Amino acid sequence: MEKLYKFLKYTFIILWTVFIVAPFLWAISTSFKDFQSVNSKVTYIPWLDFEPTLEGWRVLVKSPARGGVDIVEPYFNSLFVTCTASLISIVLGTLAAYALSRFTFKAGFVRNNDITFFFISQRIMPPIVLSIPFFIFLSTIGLLDSLIGLVVVYIVLLMPIAVWIMVDFFNRVPKELDETALIDGCNPYQAFYKVVLPNSIPGLIVAGMFCIIFGWIDFFFAFILTFTEVQLLPVKVVALNSSITPWWSLSASALISVAPLIIVAFIVERYLSKGNLSGALK
Amino acid sequence: MNLIGENITYKPDDQFHLNDVSFNFKKGNLYTILGRTLSGKTTFLKTIAGLLNPDSGNLSFEDNDFIKIPVWERNVAMVYQQFINYPHLNVYENIIFPLKQRKISEDQIKKDVEEALKTVGLVGFENRKIQELSGGQQQRVALARSLAKKAKILLLDEPLVNLDYKLREQLREEFKRIFTQGLSDDTILIYSTTDPQEVMELNGEVIVLDEGKVLQKGPAKEIFENPRTLKVAEISNDPPMNILKGTKSSGKLSFENILINSPSHFKNLNDQSYNFGIRASEIKLDNQGEEFEIELAEISGSETLLHLKKGESKVIALIEEVMNFKIHEKVKIKFNENKLYAFDQNEELVSSPYGVSHG
Repeated sequence: MEKLYKFLKYTFIILWTVFIVAPFLWAISTSFKDFQSVNSKVTYIPWLDFEPTLEGWRVLVKSPARGGVDIVEPYFNSLFVTCTASLISIVLGTLAAYALSRFTFKAGFVRNNDITFFFISQRIMPPIVLSIPFFIFLSTIGLLDSLIGLVVVYIVLLMPIAVWIMVDFFNRVPKELDETALIDGCNPYQAFYKVVLPNSIPGLIVAGMFCIIFGWIDFFFAFILTFTEVQLLPVKVVALNSSITPWWSLSASALISVAPLIIVAFIVERYLSKGNLSGALK
Repeated sequence: MNLIGENITYKPDDQFHLNDVSFNFKKGNLYTILGRTLSGKTTFLKTIAGLLNPDSGNLSFEDNDFIKIPVWERNVAMVYQQFINYPHLNVYENIIFPLKQRKISEDQIKKDVEEALKTVGLVGFENRKIQELSGGQQQRVALARSLAKKAKILLLDEPLVNLDYKLREQLREEFKRIFTQGLSDDTILIYSTTDPQEVMELNGEVIVLDEGKVLQKGPAKEIFENPRTLKVAEISNDPPMNILKGTKSSGKLSFENILINSPSHFKNLNDQSYNFGIRASEIKLDNQGEEFEIELAEISGSETLLHLKKGESKVIALIEEVMNFKIHEKVKIKFNENKLYAFDQNEELVSSPYGVSHG
């Protein structure tokens, strides 16, 4: 019985791993192929099935004038927009979440929970609903097709995530901790950055991770709100697909697109596996 | 120069958390707040700390209006019933935290922390993380932080309630030692608890609080001997004092068809109906006594608590040895009439074995 359980367990894990890893292996293999190796017959293993070439990767860094597609600039655009928007969202979101967790707000029928819901409701609507007002808004203030404009829109998208995660986190931090800090001579601001914030690092990491993921993978707004001046990575990758699909450079660009997220996942995984994301204050 | 509260009322919702509370706390004294859960003890302490502002009333300390001074400038210290320390700091850093806030010189800090660690018995634990400590040790750290601060007002909010039985006994002993040796004459110590035994052992001035109202004030001995009302008698005894409805007539007390001789301290009482009170420890097993049925028998430590029933009356008897009883078994008990209390129909004390000291 136990053996059967073990067998089923490992079978399932292996199947699942194959399911997750196979596309990556496929993409890695394809990125080193040339036109012949992709289109003539099915090939898998470099050197054995086909002769590997770096052409797919080289195209990505060559300027368009020399026949390349140059994803370096979109890459840094994406990095800039994602990191800036995430950082601002985390800072503002954490402050908002702390206020919502610790103070009671009353304005007409509006209470704390309503404000929290207002933040989250920004993400309930399908993005297409938001795209038209965003487009008009950015074009009115002249930020269409600019990095700053994208940062502004991404803050709107990411801050609800930060608020949501951090309100939940702060609600689990005992109020007595803040009170003790006040009694021990901290004013409310000192209590926040000397005591509450250092104990909120696990929450900040999770919120930051979600912001970075959602910012990085967004295609829709990057596509709608930019034209020629500014391009973000997801748009550029999709744009590679023309009359002849260059599977090799498409694979290569897909791989370097997910690379930052894999790095983030590995960093966060250490915290997750330590089990101290929420338990720091227990 | 004292900590004086006048008519403090705090009513954030429809319920009173503090209802017209007045007090005058002198330096160098220990005050215990005795009350059940939700009786307003924590609110009381938080009001003194400044974490809550009362709706009405005055609070002054050393002739300053305390209500106008924000928490972080009040120089009070507080230990919570939850073990609250700064989880991101180690033991040493935890204790110096309030001292660093007050910009005390490094040498002085070192001296104060060493002293505090010695007092609570945590020398050698300086570099431990808080999470690595047991509950009792965590509470010691919190206490050390409060002591090192040398605050003029030290508030302890049920500091032992979340500890297990053995640790509680041990820490309670140490608290007594710390309070008598480790505190300067400048300090006002306010200790809240639900446990009457703690109040008696700490032997300070007691304030009995119920539903935000002060029921009785006085030395621990006075509260024990002369609980002014039925409610105080219930709150200040564990198990609660047994109350039996009965009457006094012609030198006899009767309740539930039981007739016993009226004790000598009842001689001035009129013949009428009373609520008679008797402590669980004053009821003894006795073959000559009255027959009661056992509803429940609890063994705690070296004692047995018997929940007994006869007719409509229920009493709890404390037997000072471990005995096995069967439920629904009949036992015979005798009341020690010399330790009987009498409360009138308004639930006020009219006679006590120690003599009523008020009018």
